[in-house]
Amino acid sequence: MDFPLLSWGATIFLFALTLSLLLTRDWRWILALLAAQYIATFWLTQIHWTISMAAVKLVTGWMSATILGITRSALDPKFATTPDDNAWPQGRFFRILSAMLIFLLVASTAPSIPKLLPGIGLPEVTGSLILMTMGLLMLGLTTQPLRVVIGLLTLLAGFEILYAAVENATLVAALLAVINLGLALVGSYLLLAGTEETGGAT
Amino acid sequence: MNAPLIWIGIPLILSPFLWLPRRANVTAFLGGIIALFLALLAWFLPIDTPLRISATLSFKLADSFEILGRQIIISPADQPLLTLIYGLAALWFFGSSAAGVARRLVPIGMSIIALLVASLSVQPFLYAALIIQTAILIAIPLLSPPEKKPGRGIIRFLIYQTLAMPFLLFSGWLMAGVESNPGDLELLTQAATLLALGFAFLLAVFPLYTWIPLLMEEASPYAVGFILWLLPSIAFFFALGFLDRYAWLREFDQLPDVLRSAGILMIVTGGIWAAFQRHLGRMMGYATVFNIGFSLLALSLFQDYQLSAFFLFIVPQSLALLIWSLSLSVLTLREGSLLFKSRQGDIYRYPIIVLGLIFAHFSTLGLPLLAGFPPILAAWGGVAEKTLLSAFWVAVGVASLLTGAVRTLAVMVMSPEKENWTLNGSWLQNILIGVGIFFILLFGLFPQLMSPLLTKLPFAFSYLGG
Repeated sequence: MDFPLLSWGATIFLFALTLSLLLTRDWRWILALLAAQYIATFWLTQIHWTISMAAVKLVTGWMSATILGITRSALDPKFATTPDDNAWPQGRFFRILSAMLIFLLVASTAPSIPKLLPGIGLPEVTGSLILMTMGLLMLGLTTQPLRVVIGLLTLLAGFEILYAAVENATLVAALLAVINLGLALVGSYLLLAGTEETGGAT
Repeated sequence: MNAPLIWIGIPLILSPFLWLPRRANVTAFLGGIIALFLALLAWFLPIDTPLRISATLSFKLADSFEILGRQIIISPADQPLLTLIYGLAALWFFGSSAAGVARRLVPIGMSIIALLVASLSVQPFLYAALIIQTAILIAIPLLSPPEKKPGRGIIRFLIYQTLAMPFLLFSGWLMAGVESNPGDLELLTQAATLLALGFAFLLAVFPLYTWIPLLMEEASPYAVGFILWLLPSIAFFFALGFLDRYAWLREFDQLPDVLRSAGILMIVTGGIWAAFQRHLGRMMGYATVFNIGFSLLALSLFQDYQLSAFFLFIVPQSLALLIWSLSLSVLTLREGSLLFKSRQGDIYRYPIIVLGLIFAHFSTLGLPLLAGFPPILAAWGGVAEKTLLSAFWVAVGVASLLTGAVRTLAVMVMSPEKENWTLNGSWLQNILIGVGIFFILLFGLFPQLMSPLLTKLPFAFSYLGG
């Protein structure tokens, strides 16, 4: 189903969501924004995939957000941040400026991509590039396991929108779902690591 | 019965059960035996050939397995590769108990190996990038123990390795386009650039290797050594798959130059950084960078020597890495710190373990009579035939790593006060490292002992193998 207006709406929604992800510090909001991000991702993916296959992305994304949420909610707040994380740029103005620069970059690059990938529309390309570049920005701004994993999930969601236009194999969808869930589990593991005295299997 | 079930299914199914034994020795022994059994099966059991068991009964091992509309194929040509992977894995598993990481390394390592074998066998082979990524995610608990807060090394490892996958998948898709439209130079350049970026992340090519020394400080040297052996090896086989499949890539004029330049950059930077390290783990990390550089250099010679120079490196590099990381793990377990200032005079307390460390270091840099010498001589000679300037830079890298080795040796024999010789470390640790030193010497003196395996390995790649 391709409704260009809705697709552009999803793209703008994605930009707003990723910008909010970059600015928000409360982990509850971060995970809610991540879950909402997968709704727009689902919409942009279903243009090239069947609804049922695109729904896999939505469900996987929500499951990933849930896994991270459950782990984070069980975590003692004093273990939630890494000590050296304050070394990274924190200012909101800096983050908004970076996001705007990225938006300009995406706006200038996106029109050339549909020539490379015949059949793909500008809204999908723009949405995908926004997710990938904002994901990269998030990765560059933190060393916190939760934020790093959210950055990686965002980047992969962007990649998956673009890749859906060129590949529709079930095995690829399954493996990408495994990787998304795996990233969430790894994020949970890294969040929990070192937070309590464990037996330490050798 | 089919081959993927034996070499992928069985290790995957068995890996959770390897968590069950309470004693690390039992886990290590079981893991080693399973891997050794799979290596022997790969050497002796024919695939796709009927085996007559009795007058009325015959057995044939099928080569493929279908999953979600795609196939996993292990052909007879892949068997030497499987023998090598599982044979070397058996050595790592047997040593894991002495390194104190058996209960994590064996189950996780077994599943990682099974997934990486699947990545080499999946059709279309491009999906390997996805399976490799899954294996990388499984490796995280191995590299970051649950009792320790994750450091920057593990975070960078996760980020860099994950970034490789999108580049590889897209480059693969573009390459299919290049194949059907070879005259499109723009498409060709885009495909080659994405491919280079993907492998730069996967193989930790300069400057994307910063996670290696960081991880060597944060995690168990043996666990990191295992990953540094396995991941680059599989990534190289995956890269060979690309080269073997796409004729335009094999014939791409700039490819040998790009591979050579990347290799030399790795050798020089790895060697020079190693020369200035004061931490034994970081030193090994940079030596691994040096190793990857030499493998790239050997690969750059594929148009003249096919894959013989490349495969020559696999066993000596793996053996040296195994002994080196085992020695470092023993020192970490018993002494804690791997900083130079804390390790002065260790040769008097741990003579065999320190000898293992020194032999592995010297073998890595290609000291004559040690296992690393024949492949380094072959690759260096091959490069010198192409350009003398490149050979000079290789010499700079080797000399720098040698400086690191001499510094390590000096620290190990330098003791603030007079010490008596004692043999510390368990019998198992000393025996394993002693046997490793013996094999480093043996393969240095008689490199032809590896030839039965090495001559068959290239056949896994139909065009490159000759």
